[in-house]
Amino acid sequence: MSAVSSSPSMSRAGGGLSAGTRRHMNPYLAGFGLGLVLLASFLIMGRGLGATAASGSVVAWLVGLIAPDWAATNPGLKGYYAEPPWVNWTFYLIVGAFFGALVSALLARRVRWRVERGPHLGVPARLLLAFGGGAVAAIGAKLAKGCTSGQALTGGSQLNAGSWIFMLAVFAGAYALAWFVRRQWR
Amino acid sequence: MMLPLYGYELISDAQGLVIALGLGFGFGWFLERAGFGSSCRLTAQFYLYDMSVLKVMFTAIVTAAVGLWLFATAGWLDLSLVYLTPTSVGAQFFGGLLLGAGFIIGGYCPGTSVTAAATGSGDGAVFLGGFATGLVLYAVAFSGLELWANAASLGALTLPEVFGVPYGVLVLALVVMAAAMFAGAQWSERRFSHLRPGAR
Repeated sequence: MSAVSSSPSMSRAGGGLSAGTRRHMNPYLAGFGLGLVLLASFLIMGRGLGATAASGSVVAWLVGLIAPDWAATNPGLKGYYAEPPWVNWTFYLIVGAFFGALVSALLARRVRWRVERGPHLGVPARLLLAFGGGAVAAIGAKLAKGCTSGQALTGGSQLNAGSWIFMLAVFAGAYALAWFVRRQWR
Repeated sequence: MMLPLYGYELISDAQGLVIALGLGFGFGWFLERAGFGSSCRLTAQFYLYDMSVLKVMFTAIVTAAVGLWLFATAGWLDLSLVYLTPTSVGAQFFGGLLLGAGFIIGGYCPGTSVTAAATGSGDGAVFLGGFATGLVLYAVAFSGLELWANAASLGALTLPEVFGVPYGVLVLALVVMAAAMFAGAQWSERRFSHLRPGAR
């Protein structure tokens, strides 16, 4: 690993153009590549991409180690609990995504330990907001039956009515709150 | 051609898992190539000076939408064998608002937090931990919402059905809309370039 900065507190905002890293791919080209991967998933598997179900499968499996009866009957978990991670399709998808991102970043010398944030925010506050944001996103993704991958990207390309409602709501929610959390990023 | 292969039972469950690894690799690869392992770059979308999120997302949507339409129209793909998430208007509206809120507060969505964590991002890994915790929280406190969302479900519903417009016409409308959005995105990046960190 080419750790540009070994201490998280050294790393600030900058979008990955700091010394030693390479430029990102043209966004339209990256989008075209991503679209082809999504299309291949439809044509081969008859389903799109997603990131929520994989976490759900792991979480339900972990909860099931402690409280199997609850995991098997809870409306929010039982769908995930039916299939442990090692036979869950979406889990393999996300494991693949992890390595795809890692290899891409290694080749571009972008792997480095960091906590990204704007210049006005400390590491503990940033991590607290990341944790809270993740929890809020999970409740949203669960309620909507998908996230930016499973709903917006996948359903968007299928012209799925609910996915387009979801996508507009995601942008609305994020733009509405952007002003209040601007000091986290800039 | 008989597509989707899995739907026609031309590949097994086990082969499907191996294919998932490959598709996932491409998924993570292009997210990272686009710079989506960075929370600052992702959230810049909502401060208007870097519209990469919109550009990547809508190029991908248009690419896959046109491809799906082509394969279906040519008779190579049976769309009824492609899974469509059921529509539940209220659940997807409020779920979307919450996901958008989580995105701007936490800096990621679920897929991009995996991309970030894979490349050494502490905030990406912590977001992912928060996401897992949120799923448990949902199971503990909000399972009633799940029942409400399922009860209000309209089933599989596409925009061509909603508007009563032929599939191909709506795909064309999507392409035109995306082109207009890309032009708007380029304009926005010029107009708000002074907001970019380090611009002043």
